[in-house]
Amino acid sequence: MYLYTLLYGIVLALRFTALLHPDFRKRLKEHDMVVQIKLENNKVGRYYIIKDGKISTKSAIHPKPDVTMFFKNRRIAQRVLTPPNDYGELVHAGKNFQMGATGEDKLVCWWMITLGKLLSSGWKVGVKMPNGETRLVNNTNGGPLYVYVKDGKIIRTTPIELDNDDAPSWTVYARGKEFRPPRRATVPAYSLGWKSMINSKERNLYPMKRVDFDLNGERNPQNRGKSGYERISWDEALDIVAGEFKRVKRDCGPGAIALSHGSHHNWGNVGYYLSAMLRFFNGIGFTRVMHNPDSWEGWYWGGVHHYGHSMRLGSPEPFGQVEDCLKNAEMIVFWSSDPEATNGLYAGYEGTIRRLWAKELGIKMVHIDPHWNQTAGFFGGKWIAPKPGTDPALAQALCHVWIEEDLYDKNFVENRTTGFDEWAAYIMGQGDGTPKSPEWAALETGIPARDIRALAREWGKKKTYLGAGGLGGGFGGACRTATGTQWARMMVILMAMQGLGRPGINFGNLQQGAPHDYTFWFPGYAEGGISGDLTHTGSALVTYPRMPHVMSMNNCKQIVSRLQLPDAILNGEAEGYLTDPTSMHGQFSSFKYPAPGHSKIQILYKYGGASIGTMNNSNRWIQMYQSENLPFVVSQSIWFEGETKFADIILPACTNFERWDIGEWASAGGYGHQFYNQVNHRIVTLQAKCQEPAGESKSDYQIFLELANRMGLGLYFSEGCTELDWAKRIFDASDASKMVSWKKFIKKGYYAIPPDEPEARAPTAFKWFYEGRKKDVPEPHPLPADYSEEFQKGLQTQSGKIEFIPESLKKFDDPDRPPLNKYMPSWEGTQTTDLLKKFPLQLISSHARYSFHTLGDGKDSTINDIRDHRMLIDGYYYWIARVNKSDAKARGVKHSDLITLHNDRGSVICAAYLTERVRPGVVQAYESSAVYEPVGEPGKSTDRGGCVNQLTSQRSQSKKSSAMAPNACLIDFKPYLADTTTRNTTAEAHT
Amino acid sequence: MKKWNMIVDVARCHNCYNCFITTKDEYVEQEHKGYTGPQPLHGHSWVDMEYRESGEWPIVETNFRPVMCNHCDDAPCMKAATGDAIKKRDDGIVIIDPKKSKGQKQIVDACPYGAIYWNEEEQIPQAWPFDAHLLDQGWEKTKIEISCPTEVLKSVKVTDKKMQQIAKEENLTTLEPRMGAKPRVYYKNNHLFEAYFIAGTVVTNIENREECLEGVTVTAVRNEEIIGSAVTDGFGEFKIKKIYPDANSITLKVEHEGKIVKTLGVPLEDSTYIGCIEI
Repeated sequence: MYLYTLLYGIVLALRFTALLHPDFRKRLKEHDMVVQIKLENNKVGRYYIIKDGKISTKSAIHPKPDVTMFFKNRRIAQRVLTPPNDYGELVHAGKNFQMGATGEDKLVCWWMITLGKLLSSGWKVGVKMPNGETRLVNNTNGGPLYVYVKDGKIIRTTPIELDNDDAPSWTVYARGKEFRPPRRATVPAYSLGWKSMINSKERNLYPMKRVDFDLNGERNPQNRGKSGYERISWDEALDIVAGEFKRVKRDCGPGAIALSHGSHHNWGNVGYYLSAMLRFFNGIGFTRVMHNPDSWEGWYWGGVHHYGHSMRLGSPEPFGQVEDCLKNAEMIVFWSSDPEATNGLYAGYEGTIRRLWAKELGIKMVHIDPHWNQTAGFFGGKWIAPKPGTDPALAQALCHVWIEEDLYDKNFVENRTTGFDEWAAYIMGQGDGTPKSPEWAALETGIPARDIRALAREWGKKKTYLGAGGLGGGFGGACRTATGTQWARMMVILMAMQGLGRPGINFGNLQQGAPHDYTFWFPGYAEGGISGDLTHTGSALVTYPRMPHVMSMNNCKQIVSRLQLPDAILNGEAEGYLTDPTSMHGQFSSFKYPAPGHSKIQILYKYGGASIGTMNNSNRWIQMYQSENLPFVVSQSIWFEGETKFADIILPACTNFERWDIGEWASAGGYGHQFYNQVNHRIVTLQAKCQEPAGESKSDYQIFLELANRMGLGLYFSEGCTELDWAKRIFDASDASKMVSWKKFIKKGYYAIPPDEPEARAPTAFKWFYEGRKKDVPEPHPLPADYSEEFQKGLQTQSGKIEFIPESLKKFDDPDRPPLNKYMPSWEGTQTTDLLKKFPLQLISSHARYSFHTLGDGKDSTINDIRDHRMLIDGYYYWIARVNKSDAKARGVKHSDLITLHNDRGSVICAAYLTERVRPGVVQAYESSAVYEPVGEPGKSTDRGGCVNQLTSQRSQSKKSSAMAPNACLIDFKPYLADTTTRNTTAEAHT
Repeated sequence: MKKWNMIVDVARCHNCYNCFITTKDEYVEQEHKGYTGPQPLHGHSWVDMEYRESGEWPIVETNFRPVMCNHCDDAPCMKAATGDAIKKRDDGIVIIDPKKSKGQKQIVDACPYGAIYWNEEEQIPQAWPFDAHLLDQGWEKTKIEISCPTEVLKSVKVTDKKMQQIAKEENLTTLEPRMGAKPRVYYKNNHLFEAYFIAGTVVTNIENREECLEGVTVTAVRNEEIIGSAVTDGFGEFKIKKIYPDANSITLKVEHEGKIVKTLGVPLEDSTYIGCIEI
């Protein structure tokens, strides 16, 4: 009887919802259909006829329903159909064939989603403002935003200011002072500039086909990047793409479809590439274009071997560092560390206030960087500017002074490390006859020996934090050069000599380690989202068990390193090394393309268009795209930029402001475990759909759903859910659902996670190690098997100690990574004499400040008007190259002149920015132009868009790794002569 | 009568450009009736950034300063306008009426600060209206203040008397006060844009090694008057700040262990790194 009621209840619910909600009423008019719900044995059944938006029903078995939902027996049917939705039961029943659905995928999904809307139609999102605007919330790669909306249009965005109902802020007491962060969420310019990117005229508004691409005839790959596009319908576009998937799977077999994406995506747990994209592609199988740990290179391939932390890609644990640093440290050394430019990573200007506190407390600061970077400029302090790539020599000279003058922690070295004697012997020159003295390093680095000695003494005598990289332990800079592995190894070695974990002595630049509740779980984007991918995301740890959903898996074993994708296509073969954070040793395994028995790549499905701006020697991408070895290229992109212009079919994706999602600020999870530790208040956001997608663009989720429908995978992919349904499922799974109701959460749009009570705070990083206790920080790695003795006793290394001469490297033969981290000059740098004669300047291409890689740049956005981002000359926004005044003078270049940066790999036009902020001999330009605009033949002519990565080498840092080294790059520049006589400079000189 | 003022702390600005971008977010291609017409997508900088780089490698200093419509009490733009195209509100805010100012390009030229922009398409002069439409809706702060991560900008609504008191207490200045326009935008630590520094490194020779010398006092003297001094740090570096230019040259006196060990003259045309002083 109960089942009869449930089945009849559905029709009542449908009618009632239609009565209350116009959108639902409208939805019911989308399809006429007959839906049958029944027991498999036909003993009970009811069908529903939807016609012109009206519903009729009969308790019977229909002879020809469009959609049938069936249940194995009455018990299961009742369990699944009884409200509220229990996805655990639903997924369980589906996985075990206790229930099922038949019919055209598109209709089945439509019906399931319609049932879901019985619940969600009543949800009320946002706060109504007195002036008729509604205040919604969304999130970005730089932080959360209030979004004020009126008449379906975004009016403005602002940073979030917390109110009295939100959780209190934490307080740190240090040296008699009380420090509490301002109650708001700071964001960078590329967050506040989003509206101009959403409304950009460079949006892909319609599905497009390259005009000379004939699916069944001549495909003309050689014209990619040159030919124009014609608008086609979504059905045509998706039929072509799904048809090609089927064709190559049928004709060529596993591996024929390759999937390549950027390192980041629009913020959120549902639409992220590690979420919806993997869920879909795992369903069809693909050649993985594997990411190198691009901003962690040296840490992952090098640092890890000395002290473990593979799951953080070699960067150190961050707990408690804010409090410890403010209380105990006397000096912070920022080494290749510019958190004010990189926002740490994702964290707006949240660390800035803490660094201002440090300044207030009189904590000294030293900045080691060839560029007087944004952080140095703001906080001041001693500038030490080594020639790019020579940093390991500087570090070794510090060791030399410490040994010579007895300025290291002997007790720590003796009890917590191994291999010091061998290391000390090398440093003092026993063996090779060369003491690594300040005088030795001075010749290599260009830093006076007196400064090196002074730094070593200051450091050896003062309790010092080492902020290495943008996050203070990892991220960008000197780890991305030929000597990046050596450098990151040296960073660990320096801390090993100074007593890592002693009060006031740790990694960090006050960017990480805010006193949060590290036990409160809300998934970060790398924790898998809806992917169900247990092997290539962090899903298995918490997301999967907490949020029941159908798992997914890519069982195709073929892999290509992203850095070598063009080589694989062009040469038909490539070899790379694994990015495998689960252990220190995973990285030693190599993979070859093609994998045994697998098809070569026939389709490249590209997500976004950043590669020409962000990958090395990136003219290779253009050659790849124009190769006949690549029969089909799809680009799923928001904007018509970069390599998007090289696709055969363009699928227009919408932004995360035009769809639903959910996410916590700055939280990556997985390989970026606890990245929220950078912000001052943990903030979980419902990412509201703020306006309709531009043109005919669709969300990534919707695009994949429609492709999935064509592959018979609609229900597998969607589980009958919309993006908002998935957002609710993620919320329900998280600890946030125990603290705040969904209703309240979606109205306000965010939830601030309360910090721990002071006595419950996580201990300071490495304190346990320094004191020789078991590990007591809330960090779920290393995996149990990696402890040599007892669980949680010691580090991940074989000895459990910091190893000056790593055991792991002793058993692996990489000529560029010997166990003893001896100094080997860059393969493109200060000692490559012949090349240096031709190209005497060193290019460093740091992570950008005003754009997040390519996000924010180009797109006709307002970010381009920032005069430290691009310079407007003759109506064109040129990328900026910062050059020392003396180098400019020697080449007859004035401020805001157009110059050509060039070497044997290519040439790029930039606007010259004359400054004393780079040492002579160094050119600094950010790495990530979104704009690729060759002045002639693509791939063979000068780029005026600003993709300086056309000049960088694709060579890996070491022979047996896949480690990019963009900061090892020799170039020269000259005035750009093409139109200097006619050019009317409108760029305003700053000074 | 309480009126709006803006206090800009130059020492806290680090060039993030949020004030610039959020102003574009608010006004680009978006009209606020009675306040502003739509700002063109590119070309206008209603809130702009100024940059100053001083010194030379390896001792460099960078400073930044947001500049905007000063909402002057004796506004030159108002004098240049015909009719009532520009309104001085009771709360101190200056509004260029987007309808009445049509075609009045002379308003742009009248601003001594270059803070008014000509909108070619709309044929109107435009400037940052102190986010007045938001304040009128009850916002307690301007949007640029909310968007600033380092608390450079403070929108203050006080009486003129109180503002003068704050200006005195916090040593605030206005830009180009000599022009007499009586700006309502005040700058704190503006010496960072006006004063110069002299820096150098004191070194000595110990056992045939050049070493940095800490604790050396370097004093700058001009016309027998001490105008600044600094003590060298662990890197032997000193930086004498807040020196204002003058026709007379400066003498540096280097004092080590109680004795003047060196005296040298420094011509000061700009902030200078004089290099190493060997003692």
